[in-house]
Amino acid sequence: MSDMNLTLKVWRQKSKDQKGCFETYKTLASEHMSFLEMLDVVNEKLERDGKDPVAFDHDCREGICGACSMVINGSPHGPEKATTTCQLHMRKFKDGDTIVIEPWRAKAFPVLKDLIVDRGAFDRIIQSGGYTSAATGGVPDANSILIPKERADEAMDAAQCIGCGACVAACPNASAMLFVGAKVSHLANLPQGQVEAKTRVQNMVTQMDKEGFGNCTNHGECESSCPKEISIKFISKMNREYLGALSHVQKSAAAE
Amino acid sequence: MNRDCPAQTSIGKKVLMALTGLMLSGFIVGHLLGNLTIFAGREWINSYAYHLEELKPLVWAARITLLGLVTIHILTAICLTIKNRQARPVAYAKKEHQTTSVGARTMALTGTVILAFIIFHLMHFTFRVTHPEISNSLDEHGHRDVFKMVVMSFQRPELAFGYVAALTLLFLHLSHGLWSLFQSIGLLGERTLPVAKKISCAVSFILYLAYISIPLTCYFGLVKV
Ligand code: HEM
Ligand code: FES
Repeated sequence: MSDMNLTLKVWRQKSKDQKGCFETYKTLASEHMSFLEMLDVVNEKLERDGKDPVAFDHDCREGICGACSMVINGSPHGPEKATTTCQLHMRKFKDGDTIVIEPWRAKAFPVLKDLIVDRGAFDRIIQSGGYTSAATGGVPDANSILIPKERADEAMDAAQCIGCGACVAACPNASAMLFVGAKVSHLANLPQGQVEAKTRVQNMVTQMDKEGFGNCTNHGECESSCPKEISIKFISKMNREYLGALSHVQKSAAAE
Repeated sequence: MNRDCPAQTSIGKKVLMALTGLMLSGFIVGHLLGNLTIFAGREWINSYAYHLEELKPLVWAARITLLGLVTIHILTAICLTIKNRQARPVAYAKKEHQTTSVGARTMALTGTVILAFIIFHLMHFTFRVTHPEISNSLDEHGHRDVFKMVVMSFQRPELAFGYVAALTLLFLHLSHGLWSLFQSIGLLGERTLPVAKKISCAVSFILYLAYISIPLTCYFGLVKV
């Protein structure tokens, strides 16, 4: 069992309105720990010393909720591909390493405390997408709606998105287009999403712009940082859906 | 929900960038084909220039269109770049890049230098104010001697290598811009994305080689007056 000595540079910020700064902590970690467990140990010591523990978001600790947002050594969720912070293991680091830990940096994701940001902007984008109309009444037969295999697969690929915000954190422009692209595409690929498809994409893009995210310039950093490896093909798909919806929405606005 | 004019939205602006970029790239190809007549000799390029000038109204229509395209392209670029900078008010202390390219990260910079180059280029060859001593001679038909103007210009190292430098930046701009534009208008998918990136690099590199062949051959004396 090899323990390692680590130096952590962690962003500390008391509240949304206060200025933050980096604090340095020394800690001992086992290679079997997850990154969050390593932080738990740091926090236990801070509490023993009567100090404020480092606030970080976490929930499932199994890579599905998307809460554990932090930029580790310049990469959202750390250096491992397709891995959330909670699933990142300390064996990926070496004795003597210095690790810089920062919150997501984006105007649309204000820092609430230390490493925790407010990702409410994503919730508002989802809300702006609205509902999908569904037939009420008796339960339909399984398989009564036919969906080509490729479409179902693509919808599932898009639906992998856990809304963690790593795409925004990684993007040099702090753009949310991968997130919105995934959310638009997963319903746009399915028959159930068709009824409201055109207004959905328009409303989600409008909300995305309102939240103050940047604009995609096709760097591809989002895709390589996504813990679910969502492809930038969904950004292209969103653009396509958006352009296809223009005439429809203009018409319906005129009719109103 | 209240919607903005489509051209004011993020995707709308990206599409404006893409369409104006595509049309400007079309001009880049056409302009190259015209320029390459220099290798066919003095007769060819001078008569090409002469016939172009005979189509005056058309040439002016093309010029005004190009000016419009460049204006939209630049204003939209400024707009997008400002928004993108504002979207991250606090920079990272440490940031790693995984996949982005030099071309992608320098679009605003290369674009700005290209604009400066376009202005100089027009003053140099179109309005002929920078080097009047070599720009205003006539050939034996009494037509403008474009051949002589180009060859003698590029015998000067500062002009030949200045052009090569500017074209290098145009190459960088297009190496990202060409595939990026098809992504922006929503035409790329799983299979086409990697291919589009490769074609974008290849096409911009071929354009680059073809363009720089002109100043380089003149400078090294392969094309002589
Ligand atoms: C002959 C000249 C030019 C050509 C052929 C050209 C071509 C292109 C193309 C094809 C794109 C990709 C559009 C997209 O990503 O959808 C692009 C993007 C861009 N261009 Fe140009 N461009 C030219 C001049 C300029 C100039 C003069 C500027 C600036 C002052 C400029 C600034 C930009 C910027 C900042 C982008 C990135 C925008 C984005 O990705 O959102 N370009 N250009
Ligand atoms: S804590 Fe749920 S994904 Fe990391």
